[in-house]
Amino acid sequence: MTDTPALKPGQTEVWITGIGLATSLGEGLDANWAALSEKRINVDEKGFAPYIVHPLMPVSFDSQIPKKGDQRQMEAWQRIGTYAAGLALDSAGIKGNKDILSKIDMVVAAGGGERDINVDSGILTAEAKGANAPGFLNERLMSDLRPTLFLAQLSNLLAGNIAIVHGLGGTSRTFMGEEVAGADAARIALARIASGESDIALVGGSHNGERKDLLVLYEFGDFNLKGKFAPVWARKDHPGFALGSAGAFLVLESKAHAEARGAKPFAKLSSVVADLAKRKQPGDMAATLEKLWAKLPKREGKGAIITGATGAEPATSDERDFLKNHTDFPVRSTGTVFGHAMETQFPLGIALAALSISRGALFPPNDSTGTEIEMQGAPTQIVVVGAGHWRGEGMALVEAV
Amino acid sequence: MTAPRDKLGRPVVVVTGMGIMTSLGAGKSDNWAKLVAGESGIRTITRFPIDGLKTTMAGTVDFVSVDPFSSTALSERMAELVTQEALEQAGIGAKADFPGPLFLAVAPVEVEWPQRRELGRAVGQQDITYDDLLRISGGGKFSTYHHRFMFGSVAAYLAETFGTKGSPISLSTACASGATSIQLGVEAIRRGETDAALCVATDGTVNPEALVRFSLLSALSTQNDPPQAASRPFSKNRDGFVMAEGAGALVLESYEAATARGAKILGVIAGCGELTDSFHRTRSSPDGKPIIGCMNKTLADAGMTPDQIDHINAHGTATPENDKMEFNTTSAVFGELAQKIPVTSNKSMVGHTISAAGAVEAIFSLLTLEHQRIPPTINYDNPDPTILFDVVGNKARDARVTAVMSNSFGFGGQNASLILTREPA
Repeated sequence: MTDTPALKPGQTEVWITGIGLATSLGEGLDANWAALSEKRINVDEKGFAPYIVHPLMPVSFDSQIPKKGDQRQMEAWQRIGTYAAGLALDSAGIKGNKDILSKIDMVVAAGGGERDINVDSGILTAEAKGANAPGFLNERLMSDLRPTLFLAQLSNLLAGNIAIVHGLGGTSRTFMGEEVAGADAARIALARIASGESDIALVGGSHNGERKDLLVLYEFGDFNLKGKFAPVWARKDHPGFALGSAGAFLVLESKAHAEARGAKPFAKLSSVVADLAKRKQPGDMAATLEKLWAKLPKREGKGAIITGATGAEPATSDERDFLKNHTDFPVRSTGTVFGHAMETQFPLGIALAALSISRGALFPPNDSTGTEIEMQGAPTQIVVVGAGHWRGEGMALVEAV
Repeated sequence: MTAPRDKLGRPVVVVTGMGIMTSLGAGKSDNWAKLVAGESGIRTITRFPIDGLKTTMAGTVDFVSVDPFSSTALSERMAELVTQEALEQAGIGAKADFPGPLFLAVAPVEVEWPQRRELGRAVGQQDITYDDLLRISGGGKFSTYHHRFMFGSVAAYLAETFGTKGSPISLSTACASGATSIQLGVEAIRRGETDAALCVATDGTVNPEALVRFSLLSALSTQNDPPQAASRPFSKNRDGFVMAEGAGALVLESYEAATARGAKILGVIAGCGELTDSFHRTRSSPDGKPIIGCMNKTLADAGMTPDQIDHINAHGTATPENDKMEFNTTSAVFGELAQKIPVTSNKSMVGHTISAAGAVEAIFSLLTLEHQRIPPTINYDNPDPTILFDVVGNKARDARVTAVMSNSFGFGGQNASLILTREPA
């Protein structure tokens, strides 16, 4: 219904003119591309053992968030996102361009911020030791919570911080809902630009995977990868995802707007579609992915698939069944390399698709099961797939201009 | 018949169904009767102990029960009930088969204290760390907590229950969320992607930690006694907002689709606008430019001029800063008219329903248009002499109302306004 399957009459082409990446492989496009080309993976098997995470490669936040006061107001997930957003604006050549930044439309996919785990465990411990006065929780929260912690936790304050630090004065919308929120953010931004409602948008998300409160949340569903790292496709017998730390932002822009300011595209974003499979029966999700696949514009070029498959089951097996119907498209899994960055995984997939097209090569496979195969030559069409570990499916087509 | 278009050539978007719930009660009739009677839904909190809190009242929805209780479960249940009411009125689609997408404004989701304490008990020792919690969280004992505390869980439930189409969007633009959900629906219809959209906003987050968080930011009123008098928009002695729960649902349709199926048209969403303030995380830019720009964009989107607005449903939170800022910015946009257009704040009676407020107040605005009667701003006994609005103080006022501007401003620089009218322009 609200999908953007293809350009309709009167709609404008939408270009990806800026990409900002801060990941476990490094910051910026060159560092990430080099690591992908060298098949490097950055995992921490010890810090959160038995859980595995992909930690952020340290960055100098000062270069994108110059005021220490701003950095202090944010938790890690917001700093990562604000940093990556700045890189995207730099990449598009619009950093500090007040005319453009005053009208840019922001659509951010976000979860929530980190809890103060010392406060939580302190309260639980005191209660276990017998503190049971009716107002105990209230009093401890009133005295122990940092007053501004709330702002570092609120979902829409990632967008708020980006606006403050980079001086964005257009519009700001935050979508929530795990993986598919990233697809929906791109879908709505694309629809608004294609229809002329908007000229230029900053779209993306950020995630801090180095969080015990998040590990608890996903452990409820036994979704965390434990023990030893393995590529996403090789986890069938010990399924799960390794949380990843990543910020990925894109500048999307109408072709006319980009041309008027002489901006060069990495690629064009031709379509983003999304749905909510019921996932009651095995195969439900694969059927929905097929439906989304059919909604994308025709693929006639040299194609590939970049998927955010999580490694969690049964979603990953369902997705593998879908991929088996499209073996002429070499597959790459961002989950293997970057870990699972939840809301950020889909924007990250679009970013890597655009980067691969602009660099004239798909990055090499990183897989022991044969699901990922070598690709010769330059891809001209890359389908980005994002099926949530629990709910929500998204798909995008990124094409060479 | 050709499709009626607005001045910018886009499909006109109308409302054909509404459902509402606040601390005043369930449904449009009950809420409207109490609203125009000047009743307050604010009361002393009984849901949890209030010892040690600076603010001890709120506009809780205590007449809806969920088990096991969580703010997210309450938000979900309220959203379901208001959606049922809206769909019943709209008579659109079939049971569990709504012919359009869902846009849901919902508070950010997180594991809550009752569940965290349950985990603590499961650890079974006196010193409890997150490593201990991690150790006992897996194995399926707590799998329902995973499903409950996914951010997308409320939207997924509503989408399945009501059969909305496509990927449901859960959104947060803080206190402007409800308005944003309507704006997303309006845009989808204007782009021609759908003939109908379900826009829902819900907030059931009066829990100890949420209250403490706002309290620590000095945002809440502490005039606890009597609780009904705590929310004092535009008054000299206002001292903060009152947290509240509620939900609103609107069925939006293109005018063409609504008339083609003979639906009763309840009103028109004539304009939407939003503008980010990059000044500060919780405070508005002192020059008010982002809010002024937001109102101007909304007027432009509706193709209207300030003199065509004959009522303003204010954000009116009753924080010292907001109400003053709202008057100054409204004056900048409306000139002297800002002192002549009747203004009211529903928050004086229902409190601030946070994520739901934009939708709740849009529905109250549409009911104002329907009844040609403006609900009062109660507790208006001591007007702030620097706020020269024509506040509809304490008693409802009959008035000719053809177009209402409804404003929502939130943390994180979120500003959104809507213009609602009775008939297509």
